[in-house]
Amino acid sequence: MRVSFTVNGRPQEADDVWEGESLLYVLRERLGLPGSKNACEQGECGSCTVRLDGVPVCSCLVAAGQVEGRDVVTVEGLADYAKQRAEHGGCAFGAGAGASGSGGTSLDEARGWAAEGHDSQTGEGTELAPIQQAFIDAGAVQCGFCTPGLLVAADEMLERNPNPTDADIREALSGNLCRCTGYEKIMDAVRLAAARQGEAV
Amino acid sequence: MDFLRPASWEEALAAKAEHPAAVPIAGGTDVMVEINFDHRRPEYLLDLNRVGDLDEWEVGEESVRLGASVPYSTIMDRLRAELPGLALASHTVASPQIRNRGGVGGNLGTASPAGDAHPALLAAGAEVEVESVRGSRLIPIDAFYTGVKRNALAADELIRAVHIKKADGPQQFSKVGTRNAMVIAVCAFGLALHPSSRTVRTGIGSAAPTPVRAKAAEEFLNAALEEGGFWDNGKIITPSVAKQFADLCAAACNPIDDVRGTASYRRHAVGVMARRTLTWTWESYRGTAATTEGVA
Repeated sequence: MRVSFTVNGRPQEADDVWEGESLLYVLRERLGLPGSKNACEQGECGSCTVRLDGVPVCSCLVAAGQVEGRDVVTVEGLADYAKQRAEHGGCAFGAGAGASGSGGTSLDEARGWAAEGHDSQTGEGTELAPIQQAFIDAGAVQCGFCTPGLLVAADEMLERNPNPTDADIREALSGNLCRCTGYEKIMDAVRLAAARQGEAV
Repeated sequence: MDFLRPASWEEALAAKAEHPAAVPIAGGTDVMVEINFDHRRPEYLLDLNRVGDLDEWEVGEESVRLGASVPYSTIMDRLRAELPGLALASHTVASPQIRNRGGVGGNLGTASPAGDAHPALLAAGAEVEVESVRGSRLIPIDAFYTGVKRNALAADELIRAVHIKKADGPQQFSKVGTRNAMVIAVCAFGLALHPSSRTVRTGIGSAAPTPVRAKAAEEFLNAALEEGGFWDNGKIITPSVAKQFADLCAAACNPIDDVRGTASYRRHAVGVMARRTLTWTWESYRGTAATTEGVA
C-alpha cells in the first residue's frame, strides 16, 4: 500500500509498504531517515521515539498505515522544529533559569563547556537544536544509539515544562534506555538545556 | 495482510462484521509487538485511529464514559479527580511514549491478567460498552474477563467505551515490579472505598488466570466496618481486621510460578498491598471525610 504523510515539515510518500510494517521501518528503510534507531522493536527502549502529531511515541509500535495524513517529526528534523518553535513562540518559554536542585554538575561549571556543532559529523553544517547542543556540551553521548530517542523525548518535555525538576526529567525520560552513561550526563544535559532556555528569554 | 481504515464507528463495525478475524489496532502497543516479532500475522488489521469519538470522554452524574482509545496520559492528566484509582494505575503503565498511545480499550481487548487498568476498573465498578452491527450492549466488568487473554466479546464486536463509576471516596492502586517504569506487573492491587454505599471493592491483577475481585475479603471487611461503626466514627481500622482482610485477599489469588515471580510470592505480595492500600485509603477517608486524592 501507499502511505502519504508529513515528515519534518515535508510531504512524503512511501510505496509498496507492507500492511504490518511499522512507522520506524518506513522512516529508516523507505524514506532514508535512519536517525530513529531500531533496537528492541517492542516499545521498551525508546530509541525510535518520534513525534506523531506532536506527541512522543515509539515509532516501532505505530503501524505505517496509521500515519496516513499525519505529521511526524524525527530527530533529523529536531533542529528545524526547535528553531521554528523559538521563532513563533509556539509554547511558553518562561519562568526563569532552571538549574534545579541537587544535580551532579552545577550550572556555572556547565557554562564553561562548549563544543562545536558545526562539523560534518554532528550537524552537517546546520545549527543544532538547543537540546542537541546541550547533549554534546555535557558529554551525554557515548555510543549514541539511545541519543536520538532521548533528544526527541527531552525536547518535548522542555517544550511542555520549561523548568523541570529532576523528578520531571527522570519521568519524561523513563521510556528511554541508555546502557552506557548511567544517565547522569544525560540529566546534566537536560538541566543545561533547561537553564539555557530560561536565560534566552 | 490487509489494512482496513474505517473513517467512522459505523464503518468500523461494518468492517468487523465482514471480517470477524480482523485484529483491531489503536495504540498498537500490544498488536505491533506481536507483528514485529512475527508472533502474529493477522489477515486483516482494523485501524481505529480514524474513529475520533473513541478518543473522547464524558463525565456524567454517576459515571465517566471513557472512549476506548483515550490514552493513559490523558486519563492521568484530566480524570484524576473522577477516576483516581484508574489515574494511578495509568501512571504505572510502561513509559510516557506508551501512555501516549495505549488506552483502556486495548487493555480490555487483550485481557491479559497483567493489564494495569483491570484492578482499578474492578475496584471502581465499571461496565464495558461493546457494539456490533447487531447492536450495542453493556458488559459488567465482573463478567468481562473469561480466561487468560480471553474476554466476553463476540467475534463481530468492538469495544467502544468503558463506563466507570465516579469515585465517591478514596481509591488506591499498588503494583509490584522490578522498577518504576517499563515494567509488567508481578502482581497488582486496586482498592476503592465507596462511602455512599458503605462498601469496599477490590481488584487483583496478575495473580490469577484473569483479573479478579477478592469478594470474600470485601464481604468480611464490609461487615467488620459496619459492625464497628467505622464509617461513622472514623476510627483507625484495627490491625486484626486489616490482617484478616489481607489474608482473605491473598487467598483470593490463584497465581502461577513464572519468570516474574513465584505463586507464593504473589500471594504474599497481594496480602501486603491489600493491607497497605486499605490503610492509605482509610487514612484519607478519616482525614478529610471524603477526599479522592491518591497517594502516588
